[in-house]
Amino acid sequence: MSLGNLIFIIFGGIVPLAYIAYIIASKKASVWENQNTPIHSRPYMYGWFVVVVMAIPSMMVAVVAGFLHVTGVYSVSPFVLVAACVVLVALGFAFGLKKISPDFRARNKVENVIKWFLITASLVSILTTVGIVLSILFEALRFFDAVGFWNFITGTKWNPDTAFLSGAGRGGEQAADPEFGAVPIFAGTFMITFIAMCVAVPIGLFSAVYLAEYATPKFRKIIKPLLEVLAGIPTVVYGFFAAITVSPLVVKVATFLRLEADYTNALSPGIVMGIMIIPLMSSLSDDVINAVPSSLREGSLALGTTVAETTKKVILPAALPGIVSAFLLSVSRAIGETMIVVMAAGLRPNLTANPLEGMTTVTVRIVDALTGDQSFDSLETLSAFGLGFVLLILTLFLNVISIIIVRKFREKYE
Amino acid sequence: MSSLIESSQANKRRYRAEKRFKFYGLVALLISLGFLFFFFADIIRNGYTAFRQTEIKAEVTYTKETIEIPPLAVNEEVRDFVSRGFMRMIPSQVENNPDLLGKTISQWIVANDDVDQYVKGQPNSLSSSDMKKIDTLKNEGKIKLVFNKYFFINGDSKLPEISGIFSAAVGTLYVIILTILFSVPIGVMSAIYLEEYAPDNMFTRTIEVNINNLAAIPSILFGLLGLAVFINFFGVPRSSALAGGLTLSLMTLPVIIISTRASLQAVPDSIRHAALAVGASKWQMIWHHILPVSIPGILTGTILGVARAMGETAPLLLVGMMAYIPEAPDSFTDAATVLPAQIYAWASSSQRAYVERTSAAIIVLLAILLTLNAAAIWLRNRNEKKW
Repeated sequence: MSLGNLIFIIFGGIVPLAYIAYIIASKKASVWENQNTPIHSRPYMYGWFVVVVMAIPSMMVAVVAGFLHVTGVYSVSPFVLVAACVVLVALGFAFGLKKISPDFRARNKVENVIKWFLITASLVSILTTVGIVLSILFEALRFFDAVGFWNFITGTKWNPDTAFLSGAGRGGEQAADPEFGAVPIFAGTFMITFIAMCVAVPIGLFSAVYLAEYATPKFRKIIKPLLEVLAGIPTVVYGFFAAITVSPLVVKVATFLRLEADYTNALSPGIVMGIMIIPLMSSLSDDVINAVPSSLREGSLALGTTVAETTKKVILPAALPGIVSAFLLSVSRAIGETMIVVMAAGLRPNLTANPLEGMTTVTVRIVDALTGDQSFDSLETLSAFGLGFVLLILTLFLNVISIIIVRKFREKYE
Repeated sequence: MSSLIESSQANKRRYRAEKRFKFYGLVALLISLGFLFFFFADIIRNGYTAFRQTEIKAEVTYTKETIEIPPLAVNEEVRDFVSRGFMRMIPSQVENNPDLLGKTISQWIVANDDVDQYVKGQPNSLSSSDMKKIDTLKNEGKIKLVFNKYFFINGDSKLPEISGIFSAAVGTLYVIILTILFSVPIGVMSAIYLEEYAPDNMFTRTIEVNINNLAAIPSILFGLLGLAVFINFFGVPRSSALAGGLTLSLMTLPVIIISTRASLQAVPDSIRHAALAVGASKWQMIWHHILPVSIPGILTGTILGVARAMGETAPLLLVGMMAYIPEAPDSFTDAATVLPAQIYAWASSSQRAYVERTSAAIIVLLAILLTLNAAAIWLRNRNEKKW
């Protein structure tokens, strides 16, 4: 029997025992209450107190044992584990029953435990961040060790295929060294992000201004959910749409204009990504425009300006920090977007300024390196973590700046 | 006098600018909505045909010989047009039902993908002589289009005509159950801590910035985390619903925390003060008074988070959930796939018949997601309480 199953059995065994203990302890407390002895807490709180001292130590032991087992540090024998848990449960139950008395402050003790549970839960989000940073950092360091950080950041040739051959045991004298110069990949990422922003920023901003300054409440109520539908469409669907419908369309238009375009051109994922980002841009801008105090708006309108003049000269300058923050968040979203580019952009790194040629992005290379057949230690697999590291730093930077800017903005007007 | 004329001209210019500005805003909105319309029209146009399937009337002979060589079971006239998926089933059918042996039965059989595409008037690789044969069959009434039930009850297949979304749908169900199980309790608990307990200090502010940042981190990085931590470090089976569910719940967590905090914030302080004033403890106040009134808000956030998790693909690709899975998974640790990953896998296939299946799977996915989103919006509007 595996340790995992055993831990489930222990948990399953503790639950009915805890229920019995709860009933015994709360009965004991209600007996005091019926005898008109003043008790500090409600009877059920005494029940909970006994449950807590009985169940938590043994559960923690079981969890720690399981953790040590899966991480391979130490495997405790099942017999010892079960024995330890039984002893802890028995001791906890005896201790709890002995401890409770009419003037025992059961409620305060139980609430303290609840508070610690809540703190632990909020630490999970911190652990997630730490986990992301560490898991990427470790593998990325191994990669930079082999390739050299400087070569990675400034190299213009990306040729990981030979790493794949040596990973498959077919590397030899004649195989050239693999090259991991990421500049073409970053160039592709920024090109597609730039195209997406060219679509999303004007449309998103103008939509937000219209919704905030011109639209009647009724119109707003219909249009806003429709825009949210755009945000709710899964990115894999956008990717399919970009690859099947938009790309051929772009190629057709380009041929009509006597230009040459690849089917994996950067323009179509860029446009579709821009459309995906419109709701993000417009709802964030809409929020900040609405957060500008109406005294500013009314003051300006009272001087006889038109709505357009008020918006351009008063509202937008006041909302600028918020709009910049919305822009940064949108950029961060575009850089990290995966499925659209995986399905519609190219696989081949290509250093060019022509959006009609195929180019690849950071996220495409990550997916490509990690869904292939290479062993986990091959240099190409590690390159995914190297790229992931850069992606993490980039988006972290953009996100934190935008969070700080928008907080400053809110503090100013609230 | 002249200055008055000048100013009235200047005003005209100003009002024209005003109109232009308003017009730009309207155009921006119309572009978004136009795209939305075009997008849905395109997907439905590509996909609606997959809900119907061509069937052919064939004479099927069940003998010892045809069990050895299944194609011989089907009469020669239509042999090249029926799905190989049906022929594969012949031996097991006889095994389950020995009475069939030695009989010839005339029955409707699923046609192969080329015939199916031809009947639906789409590009295919049939020769012109085959096309003529099919036209004659059609005139004889031996070919018909029926509701494509296999699309809903079959798993993935290398044969487009019998491939379906069932195993992917079951995989999605498993992953979503796990996501809800992990992320909702932890998310609600951390929101309660941050909103009701946490003192305003460096530590709390760090957690807050951290959660906002997590909500904006690219989903693919969660996939890297899942791969490095859950699969390589903790040894969770690759491609399993467990690996996917854990990864997605970390991704959904910030969404749930943020929306729960918003709905806790919306509860006025007078309720807190009233509860504390009659002797409730902090937790009693939260459990008896704050949580019950903020449940609609929490539910809205949860639905939105789940809808997002349901459409997510990138992190799941990295934990291996795009494998070819013809059978629905039996447990949380079996290899599984999810609807978006199935869409991705079909979209990468070169066979034309998969395009309509991909679009049909997208229609199903979008229908689920839009229903969820509509439910969330309905819930939010219904419970928009003004205190």
